[in-house]
Amino acid sequence: MTSPDKKSGDAYWKATLGLLTVILVLWFVVSFGFGIILQPALDSIHLGGYPLGFWFAQQGSIYAFLILIFWYAARMNKIDRDHDVHED
Amino acid sequence: MDLKTLTFIVVGLSFALYIGVAIWARAGSTSDFYVAGGGVHPVVNGMATAADWMSAASFISMAGLIAFLGYGGSVYLMGWTGGYVLLAVLLAPYLRKFGKFTVPQFIGDRYYSNGARLVAVICLIFISFTYVAGQMRGVGIVFSRFLEVDIVTGLLVGMGLVFFYAVLGGMKGVTYTQVAQYCVLIFAYMVPAIFISLNLTGNVFPQLGLGGSVASGEPFLAKLDMVVHDLGFQEYTSGNKSYIDVIAITFALMAGTAGLPHVIVRFFTVPKVKDARSSAGWALVFISILYTTAPAVGAMARYNLHSTVTPGVLSGEVFAPESALSYEARPDWMKRWEATKLIKFEDKNGDGRIQYYNDKSKDADFMAKAEAAGWKGNELTVDRDIMVLANPEIAKLPDWVIALVAAGGIAAALSTAAGLLLVISAAISHDLMKGILTPDLSEKAELLAGRLAAAVAVCVAGYLGYNPPGFVAQVVAFAFGLACASLFPTILLGIFSKTMNKEGAIAGMLTGLIFTFCYILYFKGIFITPMAENIPANWLFGISPEGIGSVGAVLNMAVAFIVSKVTAPCPEHIQHLVEDIRTPRGAGAATGH
Repeated sequence: MTSPDKKSGDAYWKATLGLLTVILVLWFVVSFGFGIILQPALDSIHLGGYPLGFWFAQQGSIYAFLILIFWYAARMNKIDRDHDVHED
Repeated sequence: MDLKTLTFIVVGLSFALYIGVAIWARAGSTSDFYVAGGGVHPVVNGMATAADWMSAASFISMAGLIAFLGYGGSVYLMGWTGGYVLLAVLLAPYLRKFGKFTVPQFIGDRYYSNGARLVAVICLIFISFTYVAGQMRGVGIVFSRFLEVDIVTGLLVGMGLVFFYAVLGGMKGVTYTQVAQYCVLIFAYMVPAIFISLNLTGNVFPQLGLGGSVASGEPFLAKLDMVVHDLGFQEYTSGNKSYIDVIAITFALMAGTAGLPHVIVRFFTVPKVKDARSSAGWALVFISILYTTAPAVGAMARYNLHSTVTPGVLSGEVFAPESALSYEARPDWMKRWEATKLIKFEDKNGDGRIQYYNDKSKDADFMAKAEAAGWKGNELTVDRDIMVLANPEIAKLPDWVIALVAAGGIAAALSTAAGLLLVISAAISHDLMKGILTPDLSEKAELLAGRLAAAVAVCVAGYLGYNPPGFVAQVVAFAFGLACASLFPTILLGIFSKTMNKEGAIAGMLTGLIFTFCYILYFKGIFITPMAENIPANWLFGISPEGIGSVGAVLNMAVAFIVSKVTAPCPEHIQHLVEDIRTPRGAGAATGH
């Protein structure tokens, strides 16, 4: 018994999970990736007076988190409307 | 006017502001008391969340930690901000859609079990009390240093104030007082940071100053690396911990942040699901103003400290006798902090000068030169907690800045304490009494029970603040580890797995809680003596007690999945409930039923 309602609900959830995966991958890359695992390698590049790996660990990852959350909020609003589940 | 009078005036004015706001925004209903009536604007909620979240640890201790750990301090910066991404995308919007008052209520309803709700209440109370003890301690320290009253008086004044607006105003009063406290604390943090950045690097933004250059044209961080290296310390911009431990600690702090009940509950106060998403972003905006400044404050404080104590290090003349500061010529701030015993000097080689260096350096060449210069070990111990509080004095800023920092430290501690006391009182009046013990409680009686519970919680917090079980830093490791290992995975599974059942959730929560609790106790020993030395060789997979919550979270999920496969499946109506949580339409205001 797959009602149209159920189908659109599944599509909405799939779109949500897709966005979620992208966000979490980027979240991982900027912090655990650039800030920790690749930090020694990135430190040979400089951003002003900052070694790049150090900058990601103490500044860049935080800016990236901010962009990620607002981007997520905006994309989710669009997904809500596309699947007609938005609040009025 | 002397510094003490000025501090009394500034702190007094800030208190008058909080009391005024609390009277204006007092609670009339349970909805006001638990979720501020559910009509808080997302930007306002973001600001209140930021004040709620940034505790005495963020304001007073974090920059000091970073100053002495250098790159190693990054785990706190990434961990305590990255958690908001998890909160915004994994938890906040769905919990807001669910639309109830408390975190245990979500767990109880989603897992159709008062048992699960009770376990969640236990996790919550443990997490929140350990955390609140640290805040009251912070209030006591600020009072005793700046106002020169004893720590008990400081605690009583702090308790009285929190009692007044948390008990009277509930969530509504706390939300609007937190907005005022945010303004005080961020102003108090930024003013000295901007002055110090201007002094050292000529850049008005500390975030840019940290990547800027000192007067001689060298990059500031390169100069700092040289200074600490020449004194035998680990270079500032490189780390010395194993990858696995750094990753585990960072993740535990992130998931712990997302699982802290007093942070989650803030997202029940906004009107809509989409507000919950953006509100997490606004919270992080307000938090990151402090969090991107803290690394600059830490690095510059470290630089100022070394250049004051060992002026010769700036020209590379570390080992010349006159490179070290003569004890007689030490600045006034050092004398003042010596009185609190947070700075100690011991003239080991009897030359009347302060040799401040790393006497445990692994650099044989450095140690040989130090010995040749007649150094007999490090002579100065500096408590890292004073770096932010002493910073304006070290940088020779005017007295009103020092008074402002005192008011900021108190604002940070009080705002967090109030948020924590509220979730404790809500867990007792709403979950334990209304939910489990006496379901026929009237709204009026429940509100009274909430206020009484808040009153009792204030007293317990005050006692714990005076008589903390172990050091505050140890206790905070507990709070994050437990939130990461118990509440975070269970809420996550409740939203993202339709088939997770009550047996799985309860078994998982208990596994995560008990495992993490025992591991920390084993190495840190809060109420008992530690059972093993807290060194990497003894740790499981090389993960320290600070990071073990990550392992606890994985165990929680693994146990939950296995148990849910072999027990009765999750009932149909709960699966529909989960489907309903996942779509935003139809979110009403948060209710208690």
